[in-house]
Amino acid sequence: MPTPPAVEVVDLVKRYGLTAAVDGLTLQVAAGTITAVLGPNGAGKTTTVETCEGYRRPDSGTVRVLGMDPWTDARALRPRVGVMLQQGGVYPGVKAEEMLRHVASLHAHPLDVPALVERLGLGAAGRTTYRRLSGGQQQRLSLAMAVVGRPELVFLDEPTAGLDPQARRATWELVEALRHDGVTVVLTTHFMDEAERLADEVVVVDHGRVIAVGTPGELTAAGAGGSLRFDGPPGLDVAGLAAALPAASRVDEVAPGRYVVHGDVDTHLLADLTRWCADREVMPEGLTVGRRSLEDVFLDLTGSDLRA
Amino acid sequence: MSTTTSSGTFAPDPGAAPLGRMLAAQTGLEVRMVLRNGEQLLLTVVIPVLVLTVFGSVEVMDLGNRAARVDFLVPGVLALAVMSTAFTGLAIGTGFERRYGALKRLGASPLPRGALLSAKGLSVLTIEALQVVLLGTVAQLMGWDPRGSWLAVLLLVLAGTAAFASLALLMAGTLRAEATLAAANLVYLLFLVSGGIAVPLDRFPDAARPFLDALPAGALSEGLRVVLRDGHPMPWWSVGVLVGWAAVGGVLAARTFRWE
Repeated sequence: MPTPPAVEVVDLVKRYGLTAAVDGLTLQVAAGTITAVLGPNGAGKTTTVETCEGYRRPDSGTVRVLGMDPWTDARALRPRVGVMLQQGGVYPGVKAEEMLRHVASLHAHPLDVPALVERLGLGAAGRTTYRRLSGGQQQRLSLAMAVVGRPELVFLDEPTAGLDPQARRATWELVEALRHDGVTVVLTTHFMDEAERLADEVVVVDHGRVIAVGTPGELTAAGAGGSLRFDGPPGLDVAGLAAALPAASRVDEVAPGRYVVHGDVDTHLLADLTRWCADREVMPEGLTVGRRSLEDVFLDLTGSDLRA
Repeated sequence: MSTTTSSGTFAPDPGAAPLGRMLAAQTGLEVRMVLRNGEQLLLTVVIPVLVLTVFGSVEVMDLGNRAARVDFLVPGVLALAVMSTAFTGLAIGTGFERRYGALKRLGASPLPRGALLSAKGLSVLTIEALQVVLLGTVAQLMGWDPRGSWLAVLLLVLAGTAAFASLALLMAGTLRAEATLAAANLVYLLFLVSGGIAVPLDRFPDAARPFLDALPAGALSEGLRVVLRDGHPMPWWSVGVLVGWAAVGGVLAARTFRWE
């Protein structure tokens, strides 16, 4: 018997006033996987996740979490679902470890609090009140609160926003450990590398809709071999470069100093490109052929940069 | 969880704690937060004690001899203590809990909302009990001689707590945290002056009396006074006013409260 999906959202619409924050969004999350909901700010990620968490009632469409309706079955669902809000969620005058112990005490079989504090590097912050914690410490406390009750499913809303690289890696390792132990993880992010590194499935969202779904490999493989990217000084003459390449090549400066060439990427194109660069004494750094990054996928899909 | 065979640290094993344990944990946390909050202790402890000792020792107003002054002041100060905790403290605390998303996050925890509200109520009553013990002790040292039925006092305090707490939640659940902070302190001050706490209500113009009597502060302080000073068995009028405020405030708060 196939395992039913942990989360199933069909044609979700959620409006605030006249604007539809979520506009016909459909997604499925397989049990035991990590799903990244990727998109720029304002794409509707948080609204979608908060509807799954039971905070908002859909204007139309259906949402099922662990087979239940998060709005009407909230009481049965809450112990089974861990929630990390994008911001806050802690009493300002309560100490970090005290808050974590408190959330643990609301659950029947919580994790060992000192071990979790240690694992997330919160040991030094344990006796500090929430409002005096650094942004990164607040994030990690919030993550710890999401998992301490040993949920089956966790929703993490931008779990690594504002973290330094070490803390970010610690968070990634924890998310991977959750999956290893059988917890389903849904996280939102606007970091491409995070989605690429962690996710079994990536759901790309923009303007309240899903614009692409797939494994990171599937998403980046589409059109592979048809692009080439390199970094150089900003403001290169992209039209001139395109003219120097075989016909039907297109060159874009997708971000200052970051160039993407689309076309029939083969050895001739590569040779033409390096000759053009050599004539101008430009070193095409980070030159990669074929494999697109999620960032390219996103640019192709939305025509816009990730508004981080 | 039967669908997974893994036995790692995070292996799912969800479940809500028993309701009693959740309620005890939440109440304990709420009480600790109040006792740790210096600004709130100023309103709940320092100001009532100061009003009692200063107005009781110094003849600021013509309230009779020292014993008469103390007998007048203690019921008012007890009303002030109830108001400071059930109204001002609760409103400001809840306002900032909303602002910090703490209420929102707890809304996703196994703790039912009813239990969260019950914990707030129990925490308010716990703090009030501490206030009563402290103020009662100070009053005893000043020669206070209470009369009346403790049952009546208990009923008045419970009705007053319900009235003030529902107004506090009405305010905290609709206004921004900063607006709640300002408004709750302003109301505290207005009630301190016009609630029959330090100034007898009969010193106000006759035209203002029905209005002042119908406010929760006036109803509570006068109700406590006719019991503790005059030995009245049960001032049903005051209880009725307070229950009325609790009902109106409670209905409005339940309809308008926003958790985030």
